[in-house]
Amino acid sequence: MLVALWHFAVDRRWVAAGIIPSPAQVLQSWYIWIFGSSKAMLSPYSGTWVDNVIYSTRRVLQGFGLAALVAIPLGLIIGWSRLAARLIDPTVQLLRPVPITAWLPFAIAVFGIYDASALFLIGLGAFYPIVVNTTHGVRDTNLLLLRAARMLGADTVTILAKVVFPSALPSIFTGLRLGIGVAWTAVIVAEMIAVKSGLGYVLWDAYYVGRMDICVATMFSVGLLGFLSDRVIVWAGRLVLRWRTLEAHA
Amino acid sequence: MIEIEGLWKEFAKGERRVLALQDISLSVAEREFVAILGPSGCGKSTLLNMVAGFDHPTRGTVRVAGEEIAAPSPRRAVVFQEPALFPWLSVMENVVFGPKTQRQPAVDYRPRAAQIIEQVGLRGFETSYPAELSGGMRQRVGIARVLIMQPQVLLMDEPFGSLDAQTRMLMQELLLRVWERHHQTVLFITHDIEEALLLADRVCVMTARPGRIKKSIDVGIPRPRAIEITTSPEFNALRGEVLALIREESEHAALALASH
Repeated sequence: MLVALWHFAVDRRWVAAGIIPSPAQVLQSWYIWIFGSSKAMLSPYSGTWVDNVIYSTRRVLQGFGLAALVAIPLGLIIGWSRLAARLIDPTVQLLRPVPITAWLPFAIAVFGIYDASALFLIGLGAFYPIVVNTTHGVRDTNLLLLRAARMLGADTVTILAKVVFPSALPSIFTGLRLGIGVAWTAVIVAEMIAVKSGLGYVLWDAYYVGRMDICVATMFSVGLLGFLSDRVIVWAGRLVLRWRTLEAHA
Repeated sequence: MIEIEGLWKEFAKGERRVLALQDISLSVAEREFVAILGPSGCGKSTLLNMVAGFDHPTRGTVRVAGEEIAAPSPRRAVVFQEPALFPWLSVMENVVFGPKTQRQPAVDYRPRAAQIIEQVGLRGFETSYPAELSGGMRQRVGIARVLIMQPQVLLMDEPFGSLDAQTRMLMQELLLRVWERHHQTVLFITHDIEEALLLADRVCVMTARPGRIKKSIDVGIPRPRAIEITTSPEFNALRGEVLALIREESEHAALALASH
C-alpha cells in the first residue's frame, strides 16, 4: 500500500519532480548497485552494495559483540552486588542519556577517522540497553532458587554462572534485541561522518551528489539488515530459552 | 544430631521489633524424624531457615553434628514448599545439580541419580523440564535432588503444602517408603496434624506468635507405616491429644487478643 501510494505520488507529481525517485527507479538503481559490474563505471555505485553491506555488518557485529562482552558481565555484577551497583551504576545512568550523536566529535578526536571510532560509537550505543536489561534480569532472580543453589553447595561464582545468568537470560535477550537496533542506528551515524565506507557513507555521499534513488535504496537495505539481525537474535533466544516456551504453554 | 538451644528470633518491622521465636530448645536425635506442627505465622519456617543457615538467630545457638551453623551447606539439604527447581534444567540435570556443583565424578553420581529417580517414581521423565511436570512430580524432583546429596539432615518446609489432597497422600506414602530406605534425620515443618502424626517419630506442637514449643509428643506407632494407620484407634487418640493442645492454644490467643 505504502509502495503504491509512493508510486502515485511521484507519478502524478504530487511531490516535486526529480527529488523523490519512483519505486521503479529505486528498484532499478538498487539492482545495479547490487548486481552491476564494478568495471562498467556507468555508475560509481555499480556493484558495490555487497562490499558496503559487509563493511557495515562487520562493524555492527564487532561493536555489538564488544558491547555484549562488556555489558553482560557488568550487568551481572551490578545486579548482584550492592557495592558494585553503588560504584558503577550512577556513572552508567548519568552517561546513558548522552545521545550517540553527541559522542561523535569525541570519538573522532580520540580514535580519528578509523574503524575504531565507528566501533566505539556502535559499542557504546548497544552497551546501555544490554547492561540495563541484564541488571534488571539479575535482580529479578527468584530468592528461592538462590537458596536452593546454596544449600546444594554452590559457591558465588557457580551461582552467578549456573543460576543467576540463566535466570536473567530472557532479560538479556531483550537487551540484545534493543542493542542490535541501536547498533544499526549508530553504524549509519558513524559511517556518515567518522569513516569512509559502509552503507552510512554511501547514504551521505549519494545525498551529496543528488542520488536520492541510492539514498532510498540504502534506507531499505539498512531496514532489511536491521530486521534480519533482530530475527536472528529472536531465533537464538527461542533456541536458548526453550524451557520458557514450555512454561508459557503449561 | 540437631541441637537448638535457647533460640530467639526478632525481626525488624519498620520501627517495631517483632518477636517471631521465643526461647526454642529442641534436639533431634540421629535418624529421628521430627515434625514441627504449628499454625501459619508461628515462625516454624523461620526456625527451619536457621537450621538451614539461610537466617541467623537473634540469640541462642543451633548446632548440627556439634557444629554451629554459619551458612547453608549440602549436609543440611532443604525441600521447600515450592519445589524451587531450576526451570532451564531437565529433571536429570536438576537431580545432579548438587553433586555436579561439588565436582563429584560423574561415574559416581550418575548411577546414584538413576537409582533415586527410580525410587521417587520419575523414571521416563529424566529429560522432561519442570514446566512439563505436575506439582507432585516437581516435588519428587525436589526430594530426589537432596537425597542424592546424602545429607546429614533433611529439612522439609511444608513440602506437600501446595499439593492437592490426593497427590499429598501419595507423596506422604512415597516419603515414608523413601525414608524407610535412607533413614535420615528429618526436620519436617507442617500445619497438617495428620501429616505430622503419620510421618514423624515425634511431633513438636508450636504456639502462635511468638512461636514457642508447647509440647513434644512421641508417636509410638511402629514402622513401616502406611496411610491406613490414620484410621487406627491409637492414631485417633494422638490426633485428639494434639487437637486439644491446639484448641487450648487458640483460646489463649483469643484471650490475649481480647485483653489488649
